[in-house]
Amino acid sequence: MTTRTSASDLILRLYLAIFFIYLLLPLAVMGIATFNTSKFPTVTPWLGTTTQWFGALMADNQMWVGLTNSVIVGIAVILISVPIGVAAAMLLDGVHRRAKSMLYAVMVSPLLTPGVIIGISTLVFWDRLGVKGGLHLSVIGQSSFIIAYVMLMVSARLQRFDRTLEEAALDLGGTHMQVFRRILFPYLKPAVFAGAVLAFFQSFENYNTTLFTRGTDVTLTVYIASKVRTGLTPAVNALALILIAITIAGAIAYEISRRQAAAEAAAAKKRAAEADTMAELKIA
Amino acid sequence: MSELVKRYGLGITTAMVLVTAFWLIVMVVLPALVMVEYSFHTNVPVTKRGGPEDYYTLDNYLSLVRGTDWSTWTFPNDFRVFLRTIWGAALVTLLSLVVCYPVAWYVAKLAKPQRAAMLLLLLVIPFWVNEILRTFAWYIILAYQGPLNAALLGIGILEKPVRWLSGSGGVLIGMVYAFLLFMMFPLINAIETLDMNQVEAAEDLGAPWWQIHRRIVIPHAKPGIAVGCIMVFVLAASSYIVPSLLGSPGTRWFTETIYVWFFEGQNWPRGSAYAFILLGLCVGFIMLMMRIFRVGLADIAK
Amino acid sequence: MSRDVELDHVTMRFGDFTAVNDVSLHIKAGEFFSFLGPSGCGKTTILRMISGFMDPTGGAIRIGGQDMRGIGPNKRPTALIFQNLALFPMMSVADNIAFGLEMRGVDKAARRKRAEELLDLIALPGSGDKRIDELSGGQKQRVAIARALAVEPQVMLLDEPLSALDLKLRQHMRAELRAIQRRTGLTFIYITHDQGEALTMSDRVAVMSRGRIEQVGPSASIYDAPETPFVATFVGENNVFRGKVTAAADGLARVETPAGVLLGRNARGMSVGSDALIFVRPERMRLDPADAGDNRVTRPVAHLDFEGSFANLVLSAPEGSPRPILVQLANDGRLGSLQPGAERTVGFAPADGLVLPAGELAKD
Repeated sequence: MTTRTSASDLILRLYLAIFFIYLLLPLAVMGIATFNTSKFPTVTPWLGTTTQWFGALMADNQMWVGLTNSVIVGIAVILISVPIGVAAAMLLDGVHRRAKSMLYAVMVSPLLTPGVIIGISTLVFWDRLGVKGGLHLSVIGQSSFIIAYVMLMVSARLQRFDRTLEEAALDLGGTHMQVFRRILFPYLKPAVFAGAVLAFFQSFENYNTTLFTRGTDVTLTVYIASKVRTGLTPAVNALALILIAITIAGAIAYEISRRQAAAEAAAAKKRAAEADTMAELKIA
Repeated sequence: MSELVKRYGLGITTAMVLVTAFWLIVMVVLPALVMVEYSFHTNVPVTKRGGPEDYYTLDNYLSLVRGTDWSTWTFPNDFRVFLRTIWGAALVTLLSLVVCYPVAWYVAKLAKPQRAAMLLLLLVIPFWVNEILRTFAWYIILAYQGPLNAALLGIGILEKPVRWLSGSGGVLIGMVYAFLLFMMFPLINAIETLDMNQVEAAEDLGAPWWQIHRRIVIPHAKPGIAVGCIMVFVLAASSYIVPSLLGSPGTRWFTETIYVWFFEGQNWPRGSAYAFILLGLCVGFIMLMMRIFRVGLADIAK
Repeated sequence: MSRDVELDHVTMRFGDFTAVNDVSLHIKAGEFFSFLGPSGCGKTTILRMISGFMDPTGGAIRIGGQDMRGIGPNKRPTALIFQNLALFPMMSVADNIAFGLEMRGVDKAARRKRAEELLDLIALPGSGDKRIDELSGGQKQRVAIARALAVEPQVMLLDEPLSALDLKLRQHMRAELRAIQRRTGLTFIYITHDQGEALTMSDRVAVMSRGRIEQVGPSASIYDAPETPFVATFVGENNVFRGKVTAAADGLARVETPAGVLLGRNARGMSVGSDALIFVRPERMRLDPADAGDNRVTRPVAHLDFEGSFANLVLSAPEGSPRPILVQLANDGRLGSLQPGAERTVGFAPADGLVLPAGELAKD
């Protein structure tokens, strides 16, 4: 690597250590505070170790309502944003340059628009049509930018698609619908699946757009925010801890499956190389 | 278009176009236009809509700055909040850049592959944790009887606890914490593509380390810096949860003002006008960054 | 089973660019027909028009007498083998082969049975459950052929399918393709820029340049009796001398060139005074010729490329010609005498020289 003096090297390492403490310690503190008997979530002073707050969380009816609503909204967002995202990616892939960059700009614009503004414009627009706030409006508001995420993920995979596969399937007598079902869609599936997961996740943790569109309904994020402001107990920490644990487990599972897929691909490549050698031996 | 039909057939193409049009027109463009149109209306009850009291006006926009006296440097409340939001978001952006740069440099170039992968994982985990929870974590730390005060009192730096949550400091710390990874990943991606031979050549020519960064690494990382700044600024300027949890009435954010006009003031035209001003601020910042750093929209969406 | 393919004044324009210009051909049922030409000559466009991925902007394509305009690739009695083979990576070998049958609603058991028959045909029995990425290059090739055969097409279209293989496998597959064509009796239309491939496999070859057909005929006539300067220089090596016809009689023409007056066959019946090119194959050139009459050129030796059983003697280009003179010599054990710089005389019999009207040459 580079020839740094050991002093500046030491400073950099020290800085890195402080940075990662800054990054991870707050989450650790939040988690640990779950187990403090103190009614206000903190680690100082430590009044005694307990798991009672998990019980308190489970007994909190509002939390269950929020969770259920968040899951319903998340699933609805998947159902809307995945098909539209796939269609948008296919459309973008099929149009030509000038139209493409125009269309692209419009499609990614919701990603650069602040979430509160998406919430407000959705609220105002549907109010004009006589539709009041509520979970349904949150679904629409969230979907309007989550579609763009799905579109980008599907687009990235579509760009690497070998179009001769489509042509070959068509040439072998498939209808356009059959070709889509048997060739393009199976190819896009990993991106579609990843898009669906991302869509759910984005929806689940959304606050800004939901805040303006929810009417009087409560999602899990709204529940957490209101709990922090009024009626904060370590039950909220228990919830945070569970959510973080699920997140980490999900991240690890994703990483493992990615590595397995990579290993699988490498093994297939090796077998193909072996087949090549065998074939050469036969001809010779 | 005919090419699309040739490729996908008439049925799929029609479905594709209709569905995409529904998204872009009904979910994206029309709501924005209606919001803007709304912002030029007077605030009247539904029953009086279309009546003589419902007319187009610039009042909702003008009311933001009405009462400003530049000579005495006094501003009306909403405008003060707006200016504080710009200033705060800019500060958060700059702080994030400064905090992230050394880490990004280390992870992208100095760390050995295995260690870099480990550090990336450590960066990714908090990134996936909900913004509210990340903010909540700081709420606990900054609490009057929280661990920060306890630690500082313990070491003897403070003599009495500080009310962190009633000043701007808490909001800034919380925002940097909540959004810094949106700076980190674009930076790492940009620095990663730098050819280290350039750095070595510069070292060989006797350049000190800060010159290497100023002349080689930072110019190369420009697109990443631009993207990171755009993300952090937009997120900070439009953040609602961080100021509402970590701030106090004295440190109100512009998004909170908008919320108040909507749901407490029941003045939707005013709220819409302010939302449009906030959108203008973000778009303006994005254009400025794209201009300064010469990057395109496609770079940002990555 | 098999049907004729007719191209009737077929033209294809993309904006200002004419990819295929007024091509007419009649490809007979059961024929192995090749389109040979450099990249960009329009041969791939012709193939895509026959398979139905595009319709010509002018003229008509008929298969078995039926006009194909407006009929999509999935409705035509053709099967295309793609340059990159386009095997479906997410399906097994058997599913690939049976794909066309699946599209036609054939039930699973019947599909499986047909796939196994075809696997036997291509000498890959028992490989049905393998994944595509487990196959070698040659095996993939054969699976692609089987997949096309499964739909029982009347015309097989092949788009340079051998270009990704190495030399040895390519030669092996040429024989195999030809054998499959004979066995099935199908019309094969083959696209290639490799003249060796076209000449060894085909019943007839069409040489194309800039969207036009230069010449159509059996392999031997393409090589031995090229009709245009392009064909003469694109197919095989040829020496070229540029000049004017000064006399024409008895099927021969005398051409005055900067290198001297040369006599050759006047195959196109050229008249005195016209601009002409005279072509001589390197293997027909003689060193110190006895039967060449006036057909002699004396030039210094540039170099000698020794190939083993024979050698290519290169003499520096004659005046007025950008191309050096090539002479193929059998190895008679005395090649050592040909030192660079030494002036040598080469020549050819008038029957081995071919006089054609001046025109475009193929790029080297």
